[in-house]
Amino acid sequence: MDPRTTSRRTFLGLAAGVPLAAGLAACGSSGPSSSGGASGAAKSGSASYWFLNGPPGEAVRTATVERFNKANPSTPIKATTFQNDAYKTKIKTAIGSGQAPTIIWGWGGGGLRSYVKAGQVDDLTDWFAQNTAVKDRLFPSSFGAATIDGKIYAMPAETVQPIVLFYNQKKFEEIGAEPPKSWGEIMSLVPRFNAKGIAPFALAGASRWTNMMWLEFLFDRTGGPEVFEAVFNGEKDAWSNPVAISALTKAQDLVKAKGFIKGFSSITADSNADQALLYTGKTAMMLHGSWSYGIQLAAAKKFVTSGELCYMNFPPVEGGKGDPSDTVGNPGQYLSISSKATPEQKDIAKKFFSTAVLSDAENKEWVATGGVPIVTGTESLLAASPDANFLKFIYDTSSKAKVFAQSWDQALSPTAAEALLDNISKLFTLSINPQQFATNMNAVIGT
Amino acid sequence: MTTLVPPATSRAHAAGRGHRQRSLAWLALPALLFFIAFGVVPLVGVLVLSFTQWDGIGAIHPAGFDSWHTVLTDPGLLHALWVTFLIMALSWLVQTPMSILIGVFLAGNQRYRAVLAVFWFIPLLLSSAAIAITYKALLDPNFGLGAGLKIGFLTQDWLGQPKLAVGVVVFVVSWQFIPFHSLIYQGGVQQIPISLYEAAQLDGAGRIRQFFSITLPQLKYTIITSSTLMVIGSLTSFDLIFILTAGGPADATRVLALDMYKRGFQANLMGPASAIAVILVLIGLALALLLQRLGGRDANASQMEGA
Repeated sequence: MDPRTTSRRTFLGLAAGVPLAAGLAACGSSGPSSSGGASGAAKSGSASYWFLNGPPGEAVRTATVERFNKANPSTPIKATTFQNDAYKTKIKTAIGSGQAPTIIWGWGGGGLRSYVKAGQVDDLTDWFAQNTAVKDRLFPSSFGAATIDGKIYAMPAETVQPIVLFYNQKKFEEIGAEPPKSWGEIMSLVPRFNAKGIAPFALAGASRWTNMMWLEFLFDRTGGPEVFEAVFNGEKDAWSNPVAISALTKAQDLVKAKGFIKGFSSITADSNADQALLYTGKTAMMLHGSWSYGIQLAAAKKFVTSGELCYMNFPPVEGGKGDPSDTVGNPGQYLSISSKATPEQKDIAKKFFSTAVLSDAENKEWVATGGVPIVTGTESLLAASPDANFLKFIYDTSSKAKVFAQSWDQALSPTAAEALLDNISKLFTLSINPQQFATNMNAVIGT
Repeated sequence: MTTLVPPATSRAHAAGRGHRQRSLAWLALPALLFFIAFGVVPLVGVLVLSFTQWDGIGAIHPAGFDSWHTVLTDPGLLHALWVTFLIMALSWLVQTPMSILIGVFLAGNQRYRAVLAVFWFIPLLLSSAAIAITYKALLDPNFGLGAGLKIGFLTQDWLGQPKLAVGVVVFVVSWQFIPFHSLIYQGGVQQIPISLYEAAQLDGAGRIRQFFSITLPQLKYTIITSSTLMVIGSLTSFDLIFILTAGGPADATRVLALDMYKRGFQANLMGPASAIAVILVLIGLALALLLQRLGGRDANASQMEGA
């Protein structure tokens, strides 16, 4: 259960590279006076904070900001919300043009690296060293994607979100089958579901990163984490690895076998249509981020609470090298401070990080949405929730994973990620074959 | 000396006109300033950026012809050009005949036509984003109109099959802009002197003959104006396609404008994106010039002389 046992890919830069014990000026409390480096907390002014909208996260983020503003009426935070895909573009443009909000919400990894390279976000290493109380209560694994070249540039926040295989128990009963225990079983379930007029898998193919989740698991289960690690480390022709080709071929096999619902390539995840397909009983299974649980809970409470919605980790591939406990997803969400903000705004942001982010009240709200906050010692909170089973599953999946890899599109640079998503959508519409995919992607390795 | 007289008068005439133009030149100043600030300056900026390397966030580094080399050797450019011209040609072919017919119909003075015109112009009032979101919801293969009403024909994978997706884009663009072009044609038709039709009727020409022998030829310059707007418009059309298909499935509807956006703002490659922007400008200028040439040297000349 101890999340400290979580190991991650080396590319995530184990938090060991960060001076943990440098907390000479450690303060006993995480209260406002503990922001040691900054000379006194801001007395007035306001900071801005941009984040994603939509359930379930928006309500929790808004409530956290409101709690902070209530406690600090003279130094409020102004929140602005954006839709997921729109935000990714908007935040880059804003940062590039010097219009960034004080607090930048993000996914860490490659995107954060591009901000760091441009000197647009503040180095928080010293602040964390002085505020060990803030740091030590978070999952150590969450710092990997916040750490660039040994320095921490973001405050890990919110919840851990592994990708899991959701399925509709009733649909399995209808065809008299058991949940798949291997890739071979998935492939043999496909014709059985199709014969009954049930689509095997929901997939929002138009959103592209949804398709990517399949490749992430197929790569890991077939060849272990080293296969993508080679890509990440910029090794020449890493995509042409026979294991990679085999994983790409498996993905296309599933498309060709009609494993995904008809019309999947025009479905978008932002409208949650893929999840609606699962809870309306049109499809039997769906590979999706753990946040989908909260969305389904909000949209179809009965489906979730009656136990029809089940979940499992991605099954192993026959003869594959990957550890079946491995998972992939978001090790957390990340809050950075714009280096263009005024000292007063930065102080407000740091106070927000130390007093409001992942406070007990916020943790409770995340748990209520079916999320596992990246804070240690929440076991009793999780166990008391009506969604205790799911929360324990996520907690275990995240903490017992031999490797918790960050989503590829977040780990890579934006340039490489865009090329990846582009080629993935072509792979899933069968307009290129695995070899062409490898050739196209080899060309952008190291960009 | 008598031979000098006509040139002398024409010179005096020209001088008079020149004087009047000079005194009124300041009227063009506000427009000129706006054009320079929002047209010429960004254009020069984009040209400069196309010779640099920039991720949109950090510092700008000069990179010579790197971006141009990347763009011009990328098979994606040819594909984007092909898709752009395909959508341009198809939407012209759909919009022009429809707009002319509707424009001619609306040019009549009957009251019911005026009422119909009001309804007809509604799509023009809606934003492209709203139209795209609405159509996307209606065309959803699982929760859309076809699935909801259980109409088999409508339950297609409209935005998931490359050919259907191009068709849908052409249809929605046409649905949105036919009203606008009908308006242009309505105005054009109403300017045709009635005497032409009266003379034709005396000669025994029927309605169809009148349409092809009088209306269409008289609309020549209106057609060129409308076509220019359509062609340039579809070259830069972005919002509708971006929301409707985001260039997908795969890259079936990835037009040049979308290619530019995706490279610039999603892949953080501002250099190549700027190179594509320059290509877009050049193609737009070339097409506009070509269309003006097709209509004769002076598109402003009256076609009613002798009417």
